[in-house]
Amino acid sequence: MTHPIPPAVHLRDAVASRGGRPVLRGVDLTVAPGEVVALLGANGSGKSTTVKAVIGSVPLEQGTLELFGTPYGSFRAWHRIGYVPQRTTAASGVPATVREVVSTGRLAQHRLLPFRRKDREAVDRALAAVGMLDRAGDGVADLSGGQQQRVLIARALVGTPDLLIMDEPMAGVDAASQQVLADTLRAEVARGASVLLVLHELGPLEPLIDRAVVLRDGCVAHDGPPVPNTGLHALPGHDHVHPHADLTPPRLLA
Amino acid sequence: MTEMLSYDFMQRALLAAVLVGITAPAVGIYLVQRRQALMGDGMGHVAMTGVGLGFIFQTSPVWMAVLVCVLGAVTMELVRSRGNQRGDIALAMLFYGGMACGKLLVSLSAQAGAGSLESYLWGSILTVAPSDLAVIAVLGAVVIAVTVGLRRQLFAICQDEDFARVTGLPVRTLNLLLAVMAAVTVTVAMRVVGLLLVSALMVVPVVAAQQLTRSFAATQAAAIALGVVVSLAGVTGSYHLNVPSGPAIVLLAIAVFAVFSLLAAPLARRRHRARGEADQGPKVCDVQLPSQGSSDATTPEQRAGLAQ
Ligand SMILES: Nc1ncnc2c1ncn2[C@@H]1O[C@H](COP(=O)(O)OP(=O)(O)OP(=O)(O)O)[C@@H](O)[C@H]1O
Ligand SMILES: [Mg+2]
Repeated sequence: MTHPIPPAVHLRDAVASRGGRPVLRGVDLTVAPGEVVALLGANGSGKSTTVKAVIGSVPLEQGTLELFGTPYGSFRAWHRIGYVPQRTTAASGVPATVREVVSTGRLAQHRLLPFRRKDREAVDRALAAVGMLDRAGDGVADLSGGQQQRVLIARALVGTPDLLIMDEPMAGVDAASQQVLADTLRAEVARGASVLLVLHELGPLEPLIDRAVVLRDGCVAHDGPPVPNTGLHALPGHDHVHPHADLTPPRLLA
Repeated sequence: MTEMLSYDFMQRALLAAVLVGITAPAVGIYLVQRRQALMGDGMGHVAMTGVGLGFIFQTSPVWMAVLVCVLGAVTMELVRSRGNQRGDIALAMLFYGGMACGKLLVSLSAQAGAGSLESYLWGSILTVAPSDLAVIAVLGAVVIAVTVGLRRQLFAICQDEDFARVTGLPVRTLNLLLAVMAAVTVTVAMRVVGLLLVSALMVVPVVAAQQLTRSFAATQAAAIALGVVVSLAGVTGSYHLNVPSGPAIVLLAIAVFAVFSLLAAPLARRRHRARGEADQGPKVCDVQLPSQGSSDATTPEQRAGLAQ
């Protein structure tokens, strides 16, 4: 199958290790233009590592990575990518305001030039999209965990990327804000953006998701349409693989 | 005051103090941001080897210190970026080795006067030679240009390295640049505050400023202003009281930190009041829970709960 427009992400046979331990053992992952792909799997299955391999912060020992049809080594169009890391805090050792943190998302646009009015307007728009515009002047360290998460989402949105990579963006975000974020994401997709999402539960994003990729122990266990209204355990390839795991496995998804 | 300024050495010392007061916090803020506040300390120790080499080869200790310190800083950065589990041990070896090597080289050298190393360790206003001042000025200008000119980029890599990489920043190059700037700052500051206290001037003005600030930009500006004020005051005090300049500067900075921390809580409270109550919501909870009747405030269940 050939695409007239190359896929946003094309990861093939990725092998990577962290701290000397093999974590990815040959992962294939493709995100077509305009597609929304959910990356699912248990804790430690390698979801974040896959995402970090896609942005290049975990080096590949084997396999190839192409972004927008360009091999990773010669890829320079970073302004096309927005990234939300999985983390618990947006704070660092020195105070910084919400606006300052979100502004770093515009670096790919203004580069060495001064931060201009259109950059500032983009920051305002992104903050409004996550409902944090009224806290723009507050220190990020003074926000709750869910509010910090929304700031990190705004930071990824601020460059109007063609590919959004989000590692558990909904972690710690309340139901109302999840709905707001789902609507924001829908608007991004309508604009033509591709999305790669790490999730534990599909939640309000479910109707948006075109495809689900399930990882287990660094291997792809399922790649296909998401099964509606079900958790991970109902997905094909997730049942009865471990011969001794049949003693009522704990449910990962409530 | 005018008498003090009439001496050439004091003019040089005060000029050096201004440069050091700007550069040390300008670099230090990024180290604090990355929770690497003690990195400057390590580089101060490594620089001692450079001073020792300068003594041995009868060349300028400042240039030798720059050289050794830059090498040390690049090593430290490489160890850090590897995320090596034993990274702290490698750094400890570098620190102790640098210090021991420095002392050894100095005692081997011909001009090993008693006070010669001492002035590098604690800072001395009498010893800022005209040639030193030229070096300090050039290096200081470079450090200021980089740390202020690239503040958005450096802020981004110290805030979140992975994210910075996705914005296309040359993260590795910027990290090395920052390490080199820190190394240069250590040697710029060594004549004024001394190698053992260099790190204090990189860190204390920053943490003092952040007691009162909420944004990075304000913290950086306030830290630099504070750095200049305490450096000038410290050098002046050192002249009048005949004490080494380093300890005088650092004790002043710590005093400022103490005062600012005391001011922090009342100031934050005032800031909240100034913002008005409109966006703050009501002071106390005034939401009527459905179980609470309008006439009887305590329901039987609540009374039962209270009685338990
Ligand atoms: N910084 C690290 N150093 C060493 N090993 C790591 C590191 N981060 C993750 N690992 C290992 O890599 C494996 C996969 O981790 P990863 O973070 O990709 O999991 P995940 O699927 O994102 O899990 P979660 O649902 O908890 O976020 C884990 O077994 C973990 O022990
Ligand atoms: Mg993860």
